[in-house]
Amino acid sequence: MEEVESKPVKRRTKDLNLWEKIYIPEIIKGLALTFRNIFRPKFTMEYPEVKFEPPASYRGRPVLVQEESGVERCVACGLCSRVCPALAIEVQAAETELEKERFPEKFEINMIRCIFCGFCEEVCPEEAIVMSKDYELAFFNREDALYGKDKLLVPASELEDRIKFLRQYK
Amino acid sequence: MTILEIVAFTLIKIVIILSLMLFTVSYLVYFERRVSAWIQNRLGPNRVGWQGILQPFADVFKLLLKEDIVPEKANKKLHAIAPIIALFVAFSTYAVIPFGPELQIFNYKIPLVVADVNIGILFVLALTSLGVYAITFAGWSSGSKYSLLGGIRSSAQMISYEISMGFSIGGVLLFAESLRPIAIVESQSGWMWNAIVQPIGFITFLVSAFAETNRLPFDLPEAEPELVGGFHTEYSSMKFAAFFLAEYANMIIAAGLIVTLYLGGWQIPYIDKLGLPSLVETLLQVGAFVFKLIAVLFFFLWIRWSLPRFRYDQLMNIGWKVMFPLSLLNIIWVAILIMIFN
Repeated sequence: MEEVESKPVKRRTKDLNLWEKIYIPEIIKGLALTFRNIFRPKFTMEYPEVKFEPPASYRGRPVLVQEESGVERCVACGLCSRVCPALAIEVQAAETELEKERFPEKFEINMIRCIFCGFCEEVCPEEAIVMSKDYELAFFNREDALYGKDKLLVPASELEDRIKFLRQYK
Repeated sequence: MTILEIVAFTLIKIVIILSLMLFTVSYLVYFERRVSAWIQNRLGPNRVGWQGILQPFADVFKLLLKEDIVPEKANKKLHAIAPIIALFVAFSTYAVIPFGPELQIFNYKIPLVVADVNIGILFVLALTSLGVYAITFAGWSSGSKYSLLGGIRSSAQMISYEISMGFSIGGVLLFAESLRPIAIVESQSGWMWNAIVQPIGFITFLVSAFAETNRLPFDLPEAEPELVGGFHTEYSSMKFAAFFLAEYANMIIAAGLIVTLYLGGWQIPYIDKLGLPSLVETLLQVGAFVFKLIAVLFFFLWIRWSLPRFRYDQLMNIGWKVMFPLSLLNIIWVAILIMIFN
């Protein structure tokens, strides 16, 4: 309640004094304000030269985490594919001699379908698929929009702050 | 001078003025975009050419390539004529605005105005009131409610503000004792600028000029949040561009009129005391005119990004209850001044 009372009282036309009613001094005040703004620093980021560096909470394109040994973390459980509301992810599992026993033979994200909701990342038990900071996604045809393992695998070192962010907030 | 020479010089002046007008209008659009961006702490178009200097050409080519859509229920003839009227009015008014004193070159005396008409100011008022037809036709012939509302608003607004505009000019005419634009400029020698002698008239004229050119804070005919695009909602391609150009050309005319009537036209105070060669003096004075014109145009843009739009009833209130009495008061003030000092 106190906050409401401390608000400045709304002034109506009848409350204004003559100086304010003349209107022109007030216009000059407004003009001075806009004129000062001409010389203030600009907020525009000139894109192709200056690029936006997103924070860790940014949801760019989803990528697969690649361990230092060159193997992906993914065990091809298919949860991401199930949870994906846009049906953008296709996983085909296969067996492997490694400790994890299963690996994705084919992992394909259709970037035309992807809506960047981050459900795949949220549902993943292995922290194997995370959202990156990559926002430059343009293709010239539909075939280029199918991102296979070659494009999806990103070394874990490049995704450190996102993984840290997930451990803290997920 | 023989008649042939007069015709030749007039034709040259027409060509120069017309091409300069088209050039300035397109660059005024660019200037407006840059200034508005600066005021809003942005950069504005700066990609096409150095600092975006070629942007107007890109815009014109884009508009030329657009499809020209005419609504099915439109009155086709009026729909096509409206932008032509708008452009015609905008470009022909400039003929009587002087941009410099007599130019003396090779024994010729050339007045730096396309047509030195002795009823120049009357000509301007008559032609600018024709401009209402363009907007009203455009609004009515489009067969769209938004366009119609925009057209009606604009005609009501222009008619209301023409009165205070005419009366504020009255004060200027009392001083100059002539309707010739050149005589009006010459009557403001030294620092006897009408803006200083009759500030009330200057302000009423300025406000009316804003209303006449449909600029913010009086751009009700095309109020985007209410009327989509106002009278030009149903226009596309070069027809739209014609309205756009006409709007900016009208701004240049309004600025030219303000400079001529109130800011001493091409005159630089006391420049004749310096004893410069006549050609240099003339060029300096043309430069002064251009400088004043650009300053007034900047003021137009500056106001646009500072003030919010008036409500329709406020607009009419100001027009009839404030501007009209003030312009009458100005005439009385001028009459008293003349009585005392003459």
